[in-house]
Amino acid sequence: MTTLDTGRNDAPRVSFFNDPVIRGIIYQVVVAVILVTFIAWIIQNTAANLAAQNKTTGFDFLWRTAGFDIGFSLLPWSRASFYWEAFLVGILNTLLVAVIGIFFSTILGFTLGIARLSSNFIVSSLATVYIETIRNIPLLLQLFFWYFAVLKAMPAVRDSFTLPFDSFINQRGIYVPRPIPDAQFGWVWVGLLLAIIGVFALRHWARKRLEATGQRFPVFLTSVALLFGVTAAVWLISGASVTFDVPELQRFNFRGGVQLPPEFVALAFGLTIYTASFIAETVRAGILSVNRGQTEAAQSLGLKDSDRLRLVIVPQAMRVIVPPLTSQYLNLTKNSSLGAAIGYAELVNVFSGTALNQTGRAIECIAMTMAVYLTLSLLTSAIMNWYNARVRLVER
Amino acid sequence: MTDIGFVRSHLEESRPAPHRTSGPLAWMQKNLFASPLDTGLTILGLLFLLWVVPPLFNFFIGHAVFPGGTVEDCRALNAGACWAYIYSEIEFFIYGFYDIDQLWRPNLVFLLGALLLIPLAIPKAPYKGLNAVLFLVVYPIVSYYLLAGGVFGLRVITTEKWGGLLVTLILSVIGITLSFPLGVILALGRQSQMPVIKTLCVAFIELIRAVPLITILFMASIMLPLFMPQGTTVDKFLRALVGVTLFTSAYMAEVVRGGLQAIPRGQYEAAAALGLNYWQRMFFIILPQALKHVIPGIVNSAIALFKDTSLVYIVGMKDLLEAVKTKNDSALEWQSSNTSTTGYIFAAMVFWAFCFGMSRYSIFMERRLNTGHKR
Repeated sequence: MTTLDTGRNDAPRVSFFNDPVIRGIIYQVVVAVILVTFIAWIIQNTAANLAAQNKTTGFDFLWRTAGFDIGFSLLPWSRASFYWEAFLVGILNTLLVAVIGIFFSTILGFTLGIARLSSNFIVSSLATVYIETIRNIPLLLQLFFWYFAVLKAMPAVRDSFTLPFDSFINQRGIYVPRPIPDAQFGWVWVGLLLAIIGVFALRHWARKRLEATGQRFPVFLTSVALLFGVTAAVWLISGASVTFDVPELQRFNFRGGVQLPPEFVALAFGLTIYTASFIAETVRAGILSVNRGQTEAAQSLGLKDSDRLRLVIVPQAMRVIVPPLTSQYLNLTKNSSLGAAIGYAELVNVFSGTALNQTGRAIECIAMTMAVYLTLSLLTSAIMNWYNARVRLVER
Repeated sequence: MTDIGFVRSHLEESRPAPHRTSGPLAWMQKNLFASPLDTGLTILGLLFLLWVVPPLFNFFIGHAVFPGGTVEDCRALNAGACWAYIYSEIEFFIYGFYDIDQLWRPNLVFLLGALLLIPLAIPKAPYKGLNAVLFLVVYPIVSYYLLAGGVFGLRVITTEKWGGLLVTLILSVIGITLSFPLGVILALGRQSQMPVIKTLCVAFIELIRAVPLITILFMASIMLPLFMPQGTTVDKFLRALVGVTLFTSAYMAEVVRGGLQAIPRGQYEAAAALGLNYWQRMFFIILPQALKHVIPGIVNSAIALFKDTSLVYIVGMKDLLEAVKTKNDSALEWQSSNTSTTGYIFAAMVFWAFCFGMSRYSIFMERRLNTGHKR
């Protein structure tokens, strides 16, 4: 095939300075030079400042003994522990409160989001009032309220309030019984595991049967029965029992049970309440985003209400809900850093607070703290991208 | 032709009109008692209200101690909110340690702000451009000199003394005004074809968005002085402002990017075909459309910034929350079991009023600007 030579293969002749490609390169070089100079200037200033203050740099401090107390720790902690252990304790405490907050705020948030869409006037108004109140008050203020005005105003140990299930609440936190399973109790876990495997097998079989014969099987009810039945049967047969280590008031304090410190309770509670209002809005937007036509089409196909929700509405709503939902989870994790203000021993408090003040290694401590959050955030977005790719609308 | 299968020989009895399609009873039937489940929920909801509302009413109004009451009233058994405490400390909550005889200066700043902001917010008010320049450029400068003093014989009042609501408002107004243009620039940079600029903007945005504001504020308050040449001191107020602004600009950038991506390619191409250069294309064609799309997002960022200013408490700034907490902990003459609760509730009400106002205003503007695209 012959090509027609129109003489237009060359780029239009413009002066050297007006060529967009060359201009782009010039701009970028200028920006890069300014940036490098700026960073060099900062490094030089920092070095000079540190030298003037007789401070050293480096990560060797991580292997020194920390020598401070941490109020709440999942790992064994003593004053003789190292700084890197403090770092781990901080990360674990952050993750603990984040996981608990995510769990409860999801439940509360979904409930509120659906309640706000309810056709019942009282239910939807209550949900609206909750959401509009909580969303518009700073989280830190709410944490202060729960911690200083509610939990710290609880009675002293001697006059503790009694809660259901042998729990107590006082100035020093909430005391709940600690379950102590006996040796036989391992069998109950085995039974539960078997029941879970059974449920998956049942689902598989029910789907195969549905595809082959068109007959349905009440999977949900049988699964529930299976889970409870098998576990309870194993429990009875094995004769396993759980005793409770109940907190008891001694002369000065409670003995036994598990003590949840007020800082932890206030933070977990505050994060749950606050994030739930945002999750509720996300859920509402997601449900509203499913076109009404989808409901009508599903109805005209003759689907039952439960099938319509499970097979048509929820999958489409979830596609819209999940990305902002994960960013709310991430926000909750980042917001857990406010625990520093009420003395919960999370990462910022332990590492950017106490450790930084004791060692004076400001740059290292803050950089390590930021790196943790950065890692969490990148991990989450990686998982999100994978999920999005999976549920994305596949168009022709 | 007479072979008609069925012919009605008499008129069908007319059906009764559907009873109650409007009016309060019908409304109740539809919205409260539509089904047994609905009825149950309604009853549960009413019981909940009965359980919650009377104590709340008693706390806020019924048994509350209003201005004029004494601390003894607040300490009484069953006493509600101690509004008298708020009333007697209100100056501290609004101005912090600002010199008492100079309070006309912050008051003038508040007044000027309101006078400039109200016409800016009312869509029909004229001279929008002039108004915007006055509010966004002239007003901050005038306010700074009014508050800090040092010119025209005004006494110097250092930022250390500023506090309370004054600081919260200054931080948010300046934070929003600075972070918005910065966010737009970052968003444009992220869309740029030039790899160096694009990488820079992406890295900045993602880094800032990945970490909590507290760490940024720690960085601003601890590391910023290290980065500066020896001997320079950066005002604490300015450090917090830098932290809050940088943080919000990253979020603004993502909001604006959403708007930019919603503009069809044809708009870019048409603008280029008209021979406009990059900045003309952006400012006259793309941004006006893109920003209109994302007004709710921008206002949400503004609300978030307003709420986030409370975090400067952690790096030792004296905003409204700090003022309330300080008084709660230190006002011995007002010590009672309800004092600190009342203090926090007061602060919550102030924050709530501003945030709720902003969100309502954004809904109003969204409806107004919703020209076309209506389905």
